[in-house]
Amino acid sequence: MRSHKLRKRVDMAASLLAVGCVLVALIPLVSILVEVIRNGAPMLSWEFITDRTTSGVGNAILGSLQIVMYAAFIGLPVGILTGIYISEFGNNRMGSTIRFFNDVMANFPSIVVGLLVYAMLIVYLGMTYSIIVASVALSIIMIPIVANTTEESLKMVPNSLREGALALGVPRWRTVLKVVLSNGRSGVITGALLAVARVAGETAPLILTTMFSYFWTVSPNEPSAALPTLIFNYAMGYSSLTVDEAMRHAWGAALVLIMLVLSLNVSVRLLSMRRFKKNHKGARRWRTRLSLKA
Amino acid sequence: MKCGDANMNERGTEERGSLQKTRSGLSLATVRKTLGRSGDRLFVYLVGLVALSTLMLVWLLVAFMISDSIESIEEFGFGYLTGRTWEEQKGVYGALPFIFGTLLTSAIAVAIGVPVSIGIAIYLSELAPAWIREPLSFVIELLAAIPSVIYGLWAMGALRPLLVNSVEPWLVKWFGWTPFFEGTPQGLDKLAAGLILAIMIIPTVASVSKEALRAVPDSQREAALSLGATRYETTRMAVLTYARSGIFGACILGLGRAFGETMAVTMTIGNSNAISWSLIDPGQTMASLIANRWGEAEGLQRASLIEIGVILFVIALLVNVFARLMLGRVLKSVHTTGGGL
Amino acid sequence: MKEASTQSSSGQREKIAMPHRGGNRAFIIIALVVVAIVVIAAAFATGMLSLGSDKGTVTLTGAGATFPMPLILKWADEYYNETDGKVKVNYGGGGSGAGITQIKDQTVVFAGTDAPLSGDESSQYGLVHIPETLGAVVVAFNVPGLATLKLDGDTLAKIFMKNITKWNDPAIVALNAGASLPDNDIQTVVRSDSSGTTFVFTGYLEIVSSEFASIYGQAKSLTWPGAIGASGNPGVTSTVKSTSYSIGYIELSYAMQNEIPFAQLKNKDGNFVVASLDTTSAAAAAAGASLPAGGGDWSNVNILNAPGSDSYPIASFTYILVYKELYDDATKLNKTAAEALVDFLWWMVHDEAQSWADDLYYAPLPASVVALNEATLEALTYQGEPVL
Repeated sequence: MRSHKLRKRVDMAASLLAVGCVLVALIPLVSILVEVIRNGAPMLSWEFITDRTTSGVGNAILGSLQIVMYAAFIGLPVGILTGIYISEFGNNRMGSTIRFFNDVMANFPSIVVGLLVYAMLIVYLGMTYSIIVASVALSIIMIPIVANTTEESLKMVPNSLREGALALGVPRWRTVLKVVLSNGRSGVITGALLAVARVAGETAPLILTTMFSYFWTVSPNEPSAALPTLIFNYAMGYSSLTVDEAMRHAWGAALVLIMLVLSLNVSVRLLSMRRFKKNHKGARRWRTRLSLKA
Repeated sequence: MKCGDANMNERGTEERGSLQKTRSGLSLATVRKTLGRSGDRLFVYLVGLVALSTLMLVWLLVAFMISDSIESIEEFGFGYLTGRTWEEQKGVYGALPFIFGTLLTSAIAVAIGVPVSIGIAIYLSELAPAWIREPLSFVIELLAAIPSVIYGLWAMGALRPLLVNSVEPWLVKWFGWTPFFEGTPQGLDKLAAGLILAIMIIPTVASVSKEALRAVPDSQREAALSLGATRYETTRMAVLTYARSGIFGACILGLGRAFGETMAVTMTIGNSNAISWSLIDPGQTMASLIANRWGEAEGLQRASLIEIGVILFVIALLVNVFARLMLGRVLKSVHTTGGGL
Repeated sequence: MKEASTQSSSGQREKIAMPHRGGNRAFIIIALVVVAIVVIAAAFATGMLSLGSDKGTVTLTGAGATFPMPLILKWADEYYNETDGKVKVNYGGGGSGAGITQIKDQTVVFAGTDAPLSGDESSQYGLVHIPETLGAVVVAFNVPGLATLKLDGDTLAKIFMKNITKWNDPAIVALNAGASLPDNDIQTVVRSDSSGTTFVFTGYLEIVSSEFASIYGQAKSLTWPGAIGASGNPGVTSTVKSTSYSIGYIELSYAMQNEIPFAQLKNKDGNFVVASLDTTSAAAAAAGASLPAGGGDWSNVNILNAPGSDSYPIASFTYILVYKELYDDATKLNKTAAEALVDFLWWMVHDEAQSWADDLYYAPLPASVVALNEATLEALTYQGEPVL
């Protein structure tokens, strides 16, 4: 048996190692945020946000908003209804099949979704590169995410509520809509908003489906700029700006994108965290016990 | 647990029917009942139809992929997986360099990302003071929220100079004799792509592993502690052993994410179709090949690219099956949103 | 499975005990904010849409070669202002091959390409070539202490084939009398992606080196021996810049913008020529007389290793491809759009637009080529009627 001292030291070293791992993960996060702010902040100005390419990124912001909006119109209802089905009526073969393939789609590379949408809508159906084609691609990416979070949050609704409603003679569909959905709605909304934030940063499918535009695009049937594609194009040198200038614009656009995505993500998660805080009560109780013993 | 749910729900439905009958025989109630019933059926059909449509969508995509890649499947057969050349002039397409590139970059990602993630998971679940846990896991999961194109931009602007000027010359100097670090540092290579992937899988692997560790019953820890084990020994023997299948599942999910990542890899890997073991040589992954070549591809090359899509679909399928086996249903929400709450 | 069920059931129990009201309101507020933003964007969009359609704006979409992309984007931008926002030209890159594929698929109305179509292809699809600008590929190098370097075609081919591996190789020393060449290995840097730049560069090597022609030949991507591959012109540029004793090929515009030294090349007349807009134009002017008509076979056109005392040897046209008959059921190109397209192309090959080329380090078209383009554009039709 090793000495007590040695074991204490090993224990200490292991703890430090774990702390070290956390720090290692924080370095890139901090570095990304610092670099994006450091390089992007000098670009930020009212003109940069409201002018179109190449003096600003206004058209890309508008393009991104439109693409995400149409994607949400298609993706959210389908995703939420699918989630309701899986959670409330999905205890059968069809339910588990749908659940399984939703999970597969959630792990499916977005570029392949993009190329399939391109091949179907643009090549076969003869649509042009456009906002709406991109929205279809993004909504396909959204559906499994939304369905999953909807299912999870509806499953958190205690069965006693369902039983209570059914026992009072409320039809099942009203039970689902009025009791289950309204009790689980914050989770559903969280999932929906996180999915929106997630697809807002998607790049790969957009490159194949919206191309790019230097101009204000207002029709859903036209090619459009979007923040992620602007960053990609500029970073790879595909622009009429000089290489350095293009890089600066890319950083500026990255700052705008990261602010949009992270502010949505963070505010939604902060709120949901407040709601779920009590979940960790058990763990905390255990920690107190452990620290008394150790 | 799921089965219990089902039974209860079904029982509930039956009971509702009988309850209504006994409560009143009024015609209004009968009308309501029938309306309720047909409403129920209508609702189930409606919701079911939408759910089914998502399933149909998946099958449509798969059918489309297979029919569009049939030209390549017929031309190359299984030789496609071992073909080493991708040459437009000769019309010969083989996926090996990209399968190789995907595996190698993902291996780097797992080799670096998984230990770090497990360290984070252990810290968050076993060591951290209670007040720091939530904020810290919240911050770690921010890594999942950053769009991949920004990872790529960061890699080009900030990581690359570091690699070219310090890390890679050092690796070449000390490990240049191994096949892994031959060549000239240039910062757009498999190492850069692997590092980016390592960072990108951390939130997934760490949060799923953390859930797996949290799921270990306290009695495990208490038993080890009461035998006089230190915290490290408790974690190693009682906790990690108990949670190993969950952690393994977490790694598979991380691997799945690394396999499919496109933009950040395309921007960092250097896009060379040659097979090379050297980590400081450029390479290509399956996803980055699609991003690079899709626009130019027609005919057989397009079919071959779509076949890559088929391979990626099969991988996503396998990842899902394995992760499911390892994790069970509970942890599902964590991976699909790219980070739990 | 055991740990799973413990976890979830405890989660549920606590959920029940939890008060529901507080967070919901905040959630709904966020959701409302997001919806509001989205609706405002939508209103803005539709508002501008109706304004836009009143003015009769035309959107023209093209794709293809990345080499002229900065210039075409610049033109698009200027033309938008020129027409008071009535004509929007979108150009997506993707590479020459992408452009050709997409115009055949008719997902775009014009395509950019560095490599001309074969005669069969252009007549089968009814596509015409409109050379819109000229580019030069330069050989950039990074040798500490060396400011100028002279090379000839054969030596250049040998360097990239790894037959010459040292900077002080006798062949290089002979061309650079008096220069201090170090005893270091030459590190070649090439394009790792498929590109028109590589196509032009290998085309030149094929002409000047029979050995290169027999082993490699002209291609958009090659498996080069012992080279660093880098992606895109920016990638090669920065790799050469950051790698001592390296040599690589990039577009002239990138070399100029990034102030990287590049080699003088020996041309057909035996003079060492520095790549510049003038020497590039000179190469085109020398070949100008022998060019085919726009609808003809361009596959043999090249101005590589062109004669003339000032001609830079690695120069190339880059082309816009359009359908000769612009009406087609599939493209759904209406008459207004067809007219706008031809007007844009006409504007593009003439003085004002060509002067923009200068700023971005593209060479303006020589007069003979402009005249040729005018004839080509005048021959374009819509439902059989000439558009211009």
